[in-house]
Amino acid sequence: MSNTNSLLTIKDLHASVEEKQIIKGLDLDIKPGEVHAIMGPNGAGKSTLGYVLSGRDGYSVESGSVTLDGEDLLEMETEERARAGLFLAFQYPVEIPGVSNLEFLKASVDAQREARGEEAISSADFLKEAKAACKQVNLPVAFLKRGVNEGFSGGEKKRNELMQMLLLKPKLCILDETDSGLDIDALQVVAEGVNSQRSADRSFIVVTHYQRLLDYIKPDFVHVLSDGKIVKSGDASLALELEAQGYSWLQKEPSEDELEG
Amino acid sequence: MTEQIDKALAREYEAGFVSDVESETFEPGLNEDVIRRISGMKGEPEWMLEWRLGAFREWLEMEEPDWALVDYPKIDFQSISYYSAPKSMKDKPKSLDEVDPELLRTYEKLGIPLIEQQMLAGVAVDAVFDSVSVVTTFREKLEEAGVIFCPISEAVHKYPDLVKKYIGSVVPKKDNYYAALNCAVFTDGSFVYIPKGTRCPMELSTYFRINEQNTGQFERTLIVADEGSHVSYLEGCTAPQRDENQLHAAVVELVAMDNAEIKYSTVQNWYPGDENGKGGIYNFVTKRGICHTNAKISWTQVETGSSVTWKYPSCILKGDNSVGEFYSVALTRGRQQADTGTKMIHLGKNTKSTIISKGISAGRSNNSYRGLVRMNPGAEGARNFTQCDSLLIGDQCGAHTFPYVESRNPSAIVEHEATTSKVSDEQMFLCRQRGLDPEKAVSMIVNGFCKEVFKELPMEFAVEAGKLLEISLEGSVG
Repeated sequence: MSNTNSLLTIKDLHASVEEKQIIKGLDLDIKPGEVHAIMGPNGAGKSTLGYVLSGRDGYSVESGSVTLDGEDLLEMETEERARAGLFLAFQYPVEIPGVSNLEFLKASVDAQREARGEEAISSADFLKEAKAACKQVNLPVAFLKRGVNEGFSGGEKKRNELMQMLLLKPKLCILDETDSGLDIDALQVVAEGVNSQRSADRSFIVVTHYQRLLDYIKPDFVHVLSDGKIVKSGDASLALELEAQGYSWLQKEPSEDELEG
Repeated sequence: MTEQIDKALAREYEAGFVSDVESETFEPGLNEDVIRRISGMKGEPEWMLEWRLGAFREWLEMEEPDWALVDYPKIDFQSISYYSAPKSMKDKPKSLDEVDPELLRTYEKLGIPLIEQQMLAGVAVDAVFDSVSVVTTFREKLEEAGVIFCPISEAVHKYPDLVKKYIGSVVPKKDNYYAALNCAVFTDGSFVYIPKGTRCPMELSTYFRINEQNTGQFERTLIVADEGSHVSYLEGCTAPQRDENQLHAAVVELVAMDNAEIKYSTVQNWYPGDENGKGGIYNFVTKRGICHTNAKISWTQVETGSSVTWKYPSCILKGDNSVGEFYSVALTRGRQQADTGTKMIHLGKNTKSTIISKGISAGRSNNSYRGLVRMNPGAEGARNFTQCDSLLIGDQCGAHTFPYVESRNPSAIVEHEATTSKVSDEQMFLCRQRGLDPEKAVSMIVNGFCKEVFKELPMEFAVEAGKLLEISLEGSVG
């Protein structure tokens, strides 16, 4: 595996949650503009990988290295990783009552601009951008004034995540089971939003349990994560194979525990 | 995580400086002679002195209340000085030019410039320093509208009939221990009278500052809004950082005549003591308003200071169709203790009250909401809605809710909702994952929690309140 011009390089990563080892020697290399799908059974460590990369409290790295754009990601605080261009779209976005979406988004954008030595964006300019982003993800503009995720339906929350991504313009987006809880129409909207953001300088890690999402977001690579390791990698056709055969042929001895995740 | 949040909340107490002002301060101690001296300093008429002495005699018979969920050593009332005034105030400066520049500087440092040209247009200020009013701005402009806004010590001389009629009419002398003490020893405060049918042309504001050591501040505010009038009044307070506890026992009385409306907002930022609970102000305050027919009184308070707070701004809804509101944010951290809430006493028909209380506890603090809603037999068709929300930050603080409901009219409706929540790890993670540092994340989450109350504050105060909670209101467009 070559590191030249890689956006993200993960080497032999071991990580645990509450002293339980979940990631057990994971390697991954992502170049700018690539879309990598990570599939696998429940409990394989898919969501954990997203949390470890974004630096969530309680997720500790035991060994291995991760670089983003050549910088040591593991040395950075959670917010520094975000400012370095890492974005995580949550599987279950949390509510922040009373804090308007607009206020939250502008504060986030400004924090990232500040880290780059730029001035805060003017309120008028930001409002314009935010309205355009709403339109793109098919959310009424009124959602900007509502509390962050407050009373949103499952689909609205996911679209709200996508809107944040559009405004923050990250280098690396991790979509954590973005398809869960979405009907087919909502799934299409989200997928279109993601596809519109694909570019030569933006990469994606699409974490999903089902192949369905990959019908809409075509990955360059598909990896199967099982028991904390990537056990198989391939192109988009691997996803179809998994859909047809399930995960069991890749797993040695799945425990009850892992299946329930 | 808790550590980060605590750090975020551990802001410096910016108002903690001491002003170098030469003061005339009474020896500590409390007896009838001290009361006569206070009255003498103010050159009060005999009736006022008699009123004070009456209250003092009642107070001697009373017991300090101990029902609140606060814990503090017994106060030695003989160790407190009951009067302190800057010497320069003795000759009663006639204009701002004659006021000691050090006093003006003090208020300027607190962000309250008293030079009218520098002030926020539309806010008149009465500045009370220890036991006296230093200056009241914009008085001529207010007088044109017939509005009286002056120190209460002056009102006793200039408007004795109004003062005599209304003082003690809402909070009787022997209402409670601290109110009785205040009646005996009050030194200054503000008096407001809005004539019939007048809309006060500007916001009125009193800024209380305790400066002198070992001194209590006992101010008294009386606001009378005559029929069909309207006034919005703001109150702010700070004190230097000192190791000893200081007592602040105020009384505020509001009278809203028929169809009148009074909006009373407080941003309380008395010195809260250090993180181990050393020093700080004991804030034992009685605030009450009476609403006549169709009148409305709205209390909004943001309580961030004091080491101990004991305060229940209340409404007596005497007239039919009158409305009482109470919006409160109380933030406690370190070792602070707050027992605060309201009383809504429904006497008239179709009276309505709304209570929105937001308690935020952090550190090792204790934060209690205590509220009474009483529907008297005559309160036909009366309604109350109460919402009490508590937000816990960390795992060593306490939040308590003590709602009392007494309904003696079957047609009255009382609703109570209460929630307790925490600043969750998920919320913090979401904010940080979007690039916000933990301090900003906490203040944003807390700000969101308080939004329903902040929106009730006049603009100038909303900004101050936001700053107090270390909240940047940047980006609040839309």
